[in-house]
Amino acid sequence: MIIEALIKIVIVLIVVLTAVSYLVLLERWVSAWIQDRVGPNRVGPLGLFQPLADTLKLLLKEDIEPLMAQKWFHWVAPVISITIAFSVLSVIPFGHNLTIAGRTIPLTIASNINIGVLLIVALTSIGVYGITLAGWSSGSKYSLLGGLRSSAQMISYELTLGLGLLSVVMLSGTLDLNGIIMSQASGLWNIIRAPIGFLLFFVSSFAETNRLPFDLPEAEPELVGGYHTEYSSMKFALFFLAEYANMIAASAVMTVLFFGGWHLPFIDRLGLPDLAMTLIGIAAFALKVIGLLFVFIWVRWSIPRFRYDQLMDLGWKVLLPLGIINIVLTAFEKIYLVH
Amino acid sequence: MESRSKYNDHALTRKLTFWEKLYLPEIVRGLATTFKHIFRPKFTRQYPEERWDPPASFRGRPVLVMEDNGVERCVACGLCSRVCPPLAIEVRASETELLKERYPVVFEINMLRCIFCGFCEEVCPEEAIIMSKDYELSFRDPAEGIYGKDKLLVPKAELKERLDYLAKMRN
Repeated sequence: MIIEALIKIVIVLIVVLTAVSYLVLLERWVSAWIQDRVGPNRVGPLGLFQPLADTLKLLLKEDIEPLMAQKWFHWVAPVISITIAFSVLSVIPFGHNLTIAGRTIPLTIASNINIGVLLIVALTSIGVYGITLAGWSSGSKYSLLGGLRSSAQMISYELTLGLGLLSVVMLSGTLDLNGIIMSQASGLWNIIRAPIGFLLFFVSSFAETNRLPFDLPEAEPELVGGYHTEYSSMKFALFFLAEYANMIAASAVMTVLFFGGWHLPFIDRLGLPDLAMTLIGIAAFALKVIGLLFVFIWVRWSIPRFRYDQLMDLGWKVLLPLGIINIVLTAFEKIYLVH
Repeated sequence: MESRSKYNDHALTRKLTFWEKLYLPEIVRGLATTFKHIFRPKFTRQYPEERWDPPASFRGRPVLVMEDNGVERCVACGLCSRVCPPLAIEVRASETELLKERYPVVFEINMLRCIFCGFCEEVCPEEAIIMSKDYELSFRDPAEGIYGKDKLLVPKAELKERLDYLAKMRN
């Protein structure tokens, strides 16, 4: 069991780290295309080795620690950020059970956890600490403001995130991510069953990952670099990685909760062998995640940043009431439509 | 005054419609716009491979016109050096047996000082110094930035486009 889990951890880490570096390339490409430019195409064929060059550059940079910094916290903050970003992936089911040589391997790292949804919510709450500590420990006013903004923003939008999630949990009647996928496989995908829940979750996941239009913790025109102003070299790279890993995690969670995870509709009727089904499932999951990641990037290069009071207004006065109304609506849906 | 109040009306007091207040349809409209741009033709020029050929009116680095017999047109009057705002040009004159009687022994332009204003070209009575299309200048050493006659002299045939342009514009 432990060896199996370790192998899965290693595979997931390698895949996600590669995905993160190529996500950066994708972001640069999409931003370029949207602005009628070409994007990186110099390093290697089509610019595909760009991530390697970027990584090498970051590794060779000098690691600067400000004089006024709280050394220990300054060091530990990026580690918290990246750890949380990756731990969310531990409960995501990447595919259906894989059967090799008579052994059934569930394609989830922590496969025997039946409260996956709760774990995700708990982990994302801890994610605030990384950014807030980074802001506070840097000993710089810009960092501090960025950190404070992020803590206020993430705590506010966590409520909406939770309420959006709650509608899915109500419809599926389980906190187990595999259970949620199975409930979608036997009926409709949750994006159709709980569209408002999806909207809430979608909007607040932008706020949780600090992406535009909610990237106030690192708003360049006001805060230089926000919470990571005083970071350089690999410590900066960890924050950078964490942002993109968070995007991947958020997209993966959304795929599981609202887009049926690894499930494709009508595929059961083809009567394919189990192994093929599993592989198609993994591919379907990956494609859905990539699609959502594209939306993340697309939105970033379309919509300008919110003002801080607008951000808070939207969170507390619009999304939160909408979330509460949505819970009532979902309850009616559950009673009258599902049963 | 009237037009200004109209502007203010539009910007500050225009009532948003219901759908605009909902905000989401407008976001979708914005996203549609950016999505369309993904498939538009690109503006980027792949520079080192794809070079820009400037129009004749372009003011690149100043050069000296070399006549077909291999002699410069310049008569070393020193007007260019006099008019040059950043004092980039140095001319030292001498006599020659040729019909034009004078020629520059030394003609140097410090390309680190040159501001590509084109005054030297404008002031030159012989049309001997003109602006070329060359816009790629780089040096490893400040001393390399001082161009002598060896680098400045360009055969007349290569500068035909600019000379024609000047002829057209001056008449």
